[in-house]
Amino acid sequence: MDMEPILDVKQLTMDFGGLRALDSVDLDVSQGEIVALIGPNGAGKTTFFNCITGIYDPTGGDIMITAPKNGRTQRINGIKPNLVTEKGLARTFQNIRLFQNMTVLENVMIGCHCRMKAGILGAVLRGISTRREEEAVIQKSYSILKKIGLEKYVNEFAKNLPYGAQRRLEIARAMATEPFMLLLDEPAAGMNPQETRELDELIVKICETEGISILLIEHDMKLVMSLSDRIFVMDYGKKIAQGTPAEIRKNPAVIKAYLGEEIDA
Amino acid sequence: MEYFFELFLGGLTRGSIYALIALGYTMVYGIVQLINFAHGEIYMIGAFTALIVISVLTMMGWNQIAILLIAAGVAVIYSSAYGYTMEKIAYKPLRQAPRLSALISAIGMSLFLQNYVLLAQTSDFLPFPGLIPDFEFMEPYAHIIGSPELVIIITTTIVMISLTFLIKFTKIGKAMRATAQDRDMAMLVGVDVNRVISMTFIIGSATAAIGGVLIASHIGQINFYIGFIAGIKAFVAAVLGGIGSIPGAVLGSLILGWTESFFTGYISSDYEDVFAFIFLVVILIFRPAGILGRSTAEKV
Repeated sequence: MDMEPILDVKQLTMDFGGLRALDSVDLDVSQGEIVALIGPNGAGKTTFFNCITGIYDPTGGDIMITAPKNGRTQRINGIKPNLVTEKGLARTFQNIRLFQNMTVLENVMIGCHCRMKAGILGAVLRGISTRREEEAVIQKSYSILKKIGLEKYVNEFAKNLPYGAQRRLEIARAMATEPFMLLLDEPAAGMNPQETRELDELIVKICETEGISILLIEHDMKLVMSLSDRIFVMDYGKKIAQGTPAEIRKNPAVIKAYLGEEIDA
Repeated sequence: MEYFFELFLGGLTRGSIYALIALGYTMVYGIVQLINFAHGEIYMIGAFTALIVISVLTMMGWNQIAILLIAAGVAVIYSSAYGYTMEKIAYKPLRQAPRLSALISAIGMSLFLQNYVLLAQTSDFLPFPGLIPDFEFMEPYAHIIGSPELVIIITTTIVMISLTFLIKFTKIGKAMRATAQDRDMAMLVGVDVNRVISMTFIIGSATAAIGGVLIASHIGQINFYIGFIAGIKAFVAAVLGGIGSIPGAVLGSLILGWTESFFTGYISSDYEDVFAFIFLVVILIFRPAGILGRSTAEKV
């Protein structure tokens, strides 16, 4: 399966003053893959996400994306987050960042808007095409919420949802932007085992039925091992290993990073 | 009782005008956490623009109501352009800077615009024609409320309803609410935040211009300094209601309008501003975040 990667990160480097948070990190994701990025706390995983999604402008390296739709390859270093989203990358956050005072439906509708054409004049004048578009957005938002299993909460405020549902709503909102790839930052954080199992199924479903590739940061090793096609491991801003879950489990560098060096007797 | 009604409606009229200006303060604050001190100047520029248009059209002998509508339209467009440009020049470059820098920039912008109008126009008070005619059906009530007051109240109501609709149900409205709650996240779901901020300034400036035209034609004179007083009053109203909250701005404005109206009517008109500000202080002692404002606990 030697496909061209849809996300190809080469030699990505990010400095904060004198601190090198990312040091020449390479990573690639192919169409239809679930890839995990793991590493001890402070390894630079979230910084890596922030660089890709335009929150940080990386100091060096290339972030190349190839949208499966048209096969065009582009370099997206340092472009604004809303443009990254428009190009087809969507993300969720480690700490939940929903629009708390908006309803569940509105949260998802906001995500849909970046694919809408109607401008401000249309919104004010409410022409037929604008209204039709609004209708379509509501329909689409409903269908996404149904897929994610949140249809019973449609008109609740986001802040009133149970924790697990809030996490799923973040995924729903990200999906509404019609991405070809989802970046999930610790989606299972704070979930109980039951919720984690459901999340596992949900992620597989999104990948298989929607054709959305997944890149996720996760600390729950059970989830990572069962879910991922490939795993990248980072420590102190460097990539220290990559491979299938079976390979990673046996990799001495990874074991060292997580557990410390073995003391020879 | 009739006197009470007169004062009540007078307060409602004042409050309506404050509300039209306070909206701009509160919307901008809600989205970029900036007190736009130059907002009162936008209102003043709206009034001046309208006066120029009115003078030209009156010379051409047009119908009064047509003149008023065209003048208001031009004032809205012109003020919106000023609001838009002001944001791009004075605030956008400072968006990542500490909030105090943007505030200083706003004060500078306010002084600049005042003096610009002073130099370009005049420091004298200019007469502003009262273009709102006395409606015949209003005659029986004329001793309580005049036609201009009625027009002001109705116009404000229409503006408020359309604005509520815009914020609640349209795409740009949702984008505004999302940006107000979490700007970075809004960008990550594809909202063009720069456009949202521009739109906020445009809408705020447009409502201020409407207020400017209405009150100028009601009071009958304008000069370069009217934006300052009106701006401060509207700012007070926005804080009173809870800055950042649109219903709060309207409520705060009405309360301020009524306070002024009743105190001046029943006690003395010499201390109009004193009463208004005493009331403000008292309310803020008990509700520091304003009447409808939420005191947000800082997340640690």
